[in-house]
Amino acid sequence: MNELLWTYVGWPLVKILVILLALVLLAAYLSWFERKLLAYMQIRLGPNRVGPKGWLQPIADALKLFVKEDLTPTFAEKFVFLLGPVLIIVPALAVFSVIPFGPSPNLFVTDVNIGVLFVLAVSSIGVYGIILGGWASNNKFSLMGGLRSAAQMISYEVPMGFAVVTVLVMAKSLSLVRIVEAQKEAGVWFVFPGFVAFFIYFVCGVAETNRNPFDLPEAESELVAGYHTEYSGMKFAFYFLAEYANMVVVSSMATVMFLGGWLRPFPNVAALAFLDVIPPLGWFLLKVAFFLFAYIWFRGTFPRYRFDQLMRLGWKVLLPVSLANLLVVAYFVSLPGGKL
Amino acid sequence: MAELEATVLAGEEMEVSFGPQHPATHGVLRLQLKVDGEKIVDAKPIIGYLHRGTEKLFERETYPQCIPHTDRMDYTAAATNNQGFVGAVEKLMGITIPPRAAYIRMILAELQRIASHIIWLATHALDIGAVTPFFYTFEEREKILDLFEEYCGARLTLNTMRIGGVPWDLPEGWTGRCRKFVEELPKKIEDWERLLTNNRIWKARTVGVGVIDAEKAIAWGLTGPPLRGSGVQWDIRKVFPYDRYDEVEFDIPIGKNGDTYDRYLVRMEEMRQSVRIIRQCLDRLPDGPVMAWVPKVIRPPKGEVYFSVEGPKGELGYYIVSDGGVTPYRVRVRPPCFVNLQALPELVKGHLVADVVAVIGTLDIVLGEIDR
Amino acid sequence: MSEETKVPEAAPQKMPWEEKPVPPTRREAREHPLVQELERAVPGAVLEAVEFAGQVSVVVELEKLLTVLSALRDFGYKFLVDLTAVDWKDRPEGRFDVVYWLHRHADSARLRVKVGVADGVEVPSVVGLWPTANWMEREVFDMFGIYFAGHPNLERILTWEGFSGHPLRKDFPIEGVDTGAAVYPDIYPPGGGPVKPKGGA
Repeated sequence: MNELLWTYVGWPLVKILVILLALVLLAAYLSWFERKLLAYMQIRLGPNRVGPKGWLQPIADALKLFVKEDLTPTFAEKFVFLLGPVLIIVPALAVFSVIPFGPSPNLFVTDVNIGVLFVLAVSSIGVYGIILGGWASNNKFSLMGGLRSAAQMISYEVPMGFAVVTVLVMAKSLSLVRIVEAQKEAGVWFVFPGFVAFFIYFVCGVAETNRNPFDLPEAESELVAGYHTEYSGMKFAFYFLAEYANMVVVSSMATVMFLGGWLRPFPNVAALAFLDVIPPLGWFLLKVAFFLFAYIWFRGTFPRYRFDQLMRLGWKVLLPVSLANLLVVAYFVSLPGGKL
Repeated sequence: MAELEATVLAGEEMEVSFGPQHPATHGVLRLQLKVDGEKIVDAKPIIGYLHRGTEKLFERETYPQCIPHTDRMDYTAAATNNQGFVGAVEKLMGITIPPRAAYIRMILAELQRIASHIIWLATHALDIGAVTPFFYTFEEREKILDLFEEYCGARLTLNTMRIGGVPWDLPEGWTGRCRKFVEELPKKIEDWERLLTNNRIWKARTVGVGVIDAEKAIAWGLTGPPLRGSGVQWDIRKVFPYDRYDEVEFDIPIGKNGDTYDRYLVRMEEMRQSVRIIRQCLDRLPDGPVMAWVPKVIRPPKGEVYFSVEGPKGELGYYIVSDGGVTPYRVRVRPPCFVNLQALPELVKGHLVADVVAVIGTLDIVLGEIDR
Repeated sequence: MSEETKVPEAAPQKMPWEEKPVPPTRREAREHPLVQELERAVPGAVLEAVEFAGQVSVVVELEKLLTVLSALRDFGYKFLVDLTAVDWKDRPEGRFDVVYWLHRHADSARLRVKVGVADGVEVPSVVGLWPTANWMEREVFDMFGIYFAGHPNLERILTWEGFSGHPLRKDFPIEGVDTGAAVYPDIYPPGGGPVKPKGGA
């Protein structure tokens, strides 16, 4: 009985706690990483005052946000205004329950056989947080930011879904662990056969997380700060944290689905066995880091799309391409011997 | 129910007050936007938040005392403001300035033009969402400000020209450092262009945005890069050469379509042309005095004169009416930004909210000069 | 401007910048081609034509102002460089000069047209001829209190609604006046100015 309790309640709780803490820390340090990296891209220093090389900056920021006065605008819809940050942070963190960080069952909370669907479903709840927050603030800029964000997230979920389906067709499973194992069996990361899907997935992922060059909902030069204009203190921190957590989600999903999760490059080539020096978790984090770097890289390079251009890109380019790609991949998989 | 549906379907126009405290309005400009969704139905600029009565102040100060006030109008281009004012007074008094002074003025004015265009590029790109050019460009601007500081002690409000010439000769080694800067700058401009010129998103945001054709541009009184972007080859430095601009060679870049992208290209090319002018000035910098003989008390004769220079933003004119006293009777500043901003509703109508910031950026306005 | 550089350094005479400057003189300019052109189109319009420092200004009658300006526009003066006013406080024939500064791109000719108006007399608006005159006229109205007839939107532009007085008039003190008007009319009841407070606070 005790053992059962431990297996089904205690141990998962411990894992959840560890992942949650690690994730919040990761998101906080991601902001440090972004500021530092962006600073080097922009020939400046970035945070360097708090702690050695600014290492304690995220802690200081978090402390500051904790003790800030919690403002609610007079004309805001108080309850919904409160609900917004909750609705965005909870899904962003809940998604991590199914992400496999490594092959060992100790490295993921649970392996649901509909893991992919779970990720897609839960992460799209986040849009409510944004749209409700934007509406409840009773600010025109917030409202516009919220509307933009809703339109953007919904339109980009469609091609993203098709890109994911491409992977599912190749892996023949909805379980994220199975998807990685399928890549091991195929002997090749899905990024090579499914590079179109990979590209579409990542572009949509950037759009989903409202990051540059698709950061219209919070375009500071147009909408002041978009949907979180009126938020301050911890509520703002939740939005902030959720944005970074979502970046990690998208990067982790991309890693799992296209870069072979915890696998080393060419997992079946024995000659490369020395690469196993890095443990699976290490490989996973390295790949995620690569995506996160790309996020920041984009931010350092690109201007921002306009709203209508963004919609056009989503519906007129990405959607047809992802559909066609799905058909082509499905055709090759259905060929006799088409294993992939 | 039917009533409710009707109001929902009609699509209500929303009024958005854009500014005066807004990250993209470059100062205290306020735009009253009427938007239908994100589409601009009407835009009404509201200005005057920075009005300091400069023209009134001119009437109290003596002529030399007016010069510092000119710095504070277009505070991103103090040197050209000085140049316009002292040029007007010199014209009123018939003063010929020594060639060395004229060349020093040209060098300062062109450096200032580059500095001003750098601010324009940085903020314009920032508004469109490209953060990085801001830092790259401002590094170069720092160097220009260092050169200014070395010459006159000030970095922003230079107050660096006097009626009859310039107050000081160039410091030792200044020309060498200036030359080093202008030799390096074209490579930097190329770097910035590599980030933007062929960038698909940049083009998507600027091509076909804020279009104005040549005829309209003239009717709206646009000058400077906004006019040249529409394909009118017109530059005060060529049409009414002042100082020694008739002795240096440079081209007037013009655009074709009169959109934001063309104006961007025009300004980028203008920076290169400024480099070209500075190079020639440094090559030919004559020896001699830097001040003409001027009376101890500046007391121009009765009369009125209009004198304009090609500021970085457009035609900057000074209309001075003198009654023969030590203070001007009336000074009217013809502010290029004021006139250019007026065309903004024309440029943004029918575009989206995001284009408003692009158009504000492309007009390159400075509120200090608009409100005076 | 350009000859003096050719003078050799050792020449006995002084350089132009070492001498006492010779100020430009006023010259009658009725014979100037730009004025002649105008005179042919609108006979008798030019009351006075002066050339000073190479710039031609003509003074026209208020009644003929619009005729003159539209004729000039048809001559190719497509660019209204500047529109402003000058306050001659005690001038008997009208307190203000409204000054139009026109430019023609074809030959880069510039012509200044001035019209004298008394306080309170309306000047015809030229917004129909040059749209750019819109804000300039508003500014002149704001600063001098000269009304423009036919202006689409004659409001104050640099000072605020409810401001009383016109700052660039010579009798407006440079320190400003306590007009009693305020930025927030519903909090501080305005003490004057052409615009009435909104609502009854």
